[in-house]
Amino acid sequence: MVVGIVVVGFLITHILPGDPVDVLVGDFPAPPEYVAQVRHEFGLDAPLATQLWLYVANLAQGNLGFSFVNRQPVLSLILQRAGATLLLMVPALMLASILGVMIAVRAARRAGGAMDSFLTGVSLVGYSIPVFWLAQILIVVFAVKLGWLPAQGMFSIRTPSSGLGVVGDYAKHWVLPGFCVTVYYLAVVARVARSSMLEMLHQDFVLTARAKGLSERAVLWKHVLRNSMIPVITVIGYNFGYSLTGAILTETVFAWPGLGSLFVTSIANRDYPVLAGIFLLAAVAVVLANLVTDLLYAAADPRVRIATPAIA
Amino acid sequence: MTRRRSPGRTFIRGLMRNATGVASALFIAFLVVVALFGPLLYAGDPLAISDNPMLRPGGGHLLGTDDLGRDVLAELIYGVRVSLFVGCVAAFAATVIGTLIGAIAGYVGGWVDTAIMRIAEFFQVMPTFILAVVIVALLGPGLLRVVAVIALLSWPQTARVARGEVLRVSRLDFVNGVRCLGVTEWRILFGEILPNAVGPVLALGTLIVGYAILLEASLSFLGLSSPDVVSWGRILGVGQRFLFSAWWLSVFPGLAIFSTVLAFNLLGDALGDILNPRRAQA
Repeated sequence: MVVGIVVVGFLITHILPGDPVDVLVGDFPAPPEYVAQVRHEFGLDAPLATQLWLYVANLAQGNLGFSFVNRQPVLSLILQRAGATLLLMVPALMLASILGVMIAVRAARRAGGAMDSFLTGVSLVGYSIPVFWLAQILIVVFAVKLGWLPAQGMFSIRTPSSGLGVVGDYAKHWVLPGFCVTVYYLAVVARVARSSMLEMLHQDFVLTARAKGLSERAVLWKHVLRNSMIPVITVIGYNFGYSLTGAILTETVFAWPGLGSLFVTSIANRDYPVLAGIFLLAAVAVVLANLVTDLLYAAADPRVRIATPAIA
Repeated sequence: MTRRRSPGRTFIRGLMRNATGVASALFIAFLVVVALFGPLLYAGDPLAISDNPMLRPGGGHLLGTDDLGRDVLAELIYGVRVSLFVGCVAAFAATVIGTLIGAIAGYVGGWVDTAIMRIAEFFQVMPTFILAVVIVALLGPGLLRVVAVIALLSWPQTARVARGEVLRVSRLDFVNGVRCLGVTEWRILFGEILPNAVGPVLALGTLIVGYAILLEASLSFLGLSSPDVVSWGRILGVGQRFLFSAWWLSVFPGLAIFSTVLAFNLLGDALGDILNPRRAQA
């Protein structure tokens, strides 16, 4: 699976038209000898198979290639930016997962009730709203009109040097982009958790639990939720796996200095190694998240530990 | 013996009982009318550059003008065409491809099934949005390219659902009955099983329309659309540059994308409730 992703990542960036040498040389008409020299310098005149082989060999040593445009190794470029993306996404995803489950439990308590309809509606809205539009509206309202929160970047230009000041500054900058990210993932988690719990509510063991005289609270949180966790874990794992993708549009609107912004600028620059590197990282993140998800299944459901994992 | 109702009538009855389904279907019908006749009813030219840039909404330009003095309302009206075209064509292509592949996988089984499902799984691990952005960025903008990319990236979902449905239907008794009549396997699959399996696939297809519209808007927002095509996402991309001075360039096109995608998602949900035999029993 991973090998396939590596090859696809390499091929899409090399086979499709669009010559990185054009960008390197610039728009100024350059003599063909110079173009050939640049091409040779970066190994772009070698046969495709050779380039692929070199790429894979380097990859095995942790070398993701060299960014033509930034004149810097791709790996260090990505590592520089990864921190910011994690600081944006991880708190948002955690918040979305916890709130999403809590909302779903509330909604499932009375399916079809006012709370349920309201929450289902809210989650559908979160699901359908273009995140970059939501981001723009938040900026217009809270940054431009009200002036409460900063609209761009992760830190103020005049960053306070003390530890607590930095954290406060980051938190202030996080609110708007973090909210944007949270809304979407919250919608996804709440939707899945709600429908999973509703399916479980009709099972016999719920009747048994109620017959035992357990409070509705205990029935929902301890019995129904625990048994509905598999799809919820799946969707949360999926969210974490795809968080890099989710960051692209939000980071663009808020000029958040993470991998998403790097990705968008690399497209304009036709910076193939960076594009291939980010693609690879994103795909590996998905595979890793799937692996962790599978392990969590066993933690959530004892049956998985004994039986062969045959969960569709 | 109960009288058999025609599937079409049962479907319409089911839809009528679903209020949000009806409302979203009506809204989509309205969009189709705007796409077809809007340019006749509203005289503005979406690409006509005027010497009145950045006008606030109201007056001669109901929704204001953009940085090149183009009428925002006219852009929105022409933008319906692009969004509906991309959404519907991409979803149709993904549904047809996915259904065929999924049906064959489910019906033939064995290594064909394993191979096809592995490929579908591979596509699902792919970070689709990143891949779509890279492909469109490198190939250059173009509506049909966007459609092709979206279809290419969404068929596996349809294939999975179609496969599951074909597996379910092919175990039903009537299939063996038809087989006893000497009907060929291909005709059983395409003539008997598929028509009974399309419900969930259609519901998913409607959701893919919304997804495709959102993806097209995202690509245009990032500047990956040709300048001579009026797209809602592109207006939002312009609005991004003037966030601090021209809110109307963000608010209106975004509202258009949002309401359209929401309508397709609601309709898809409603169709799922009506057409999915598993959910209908519950």
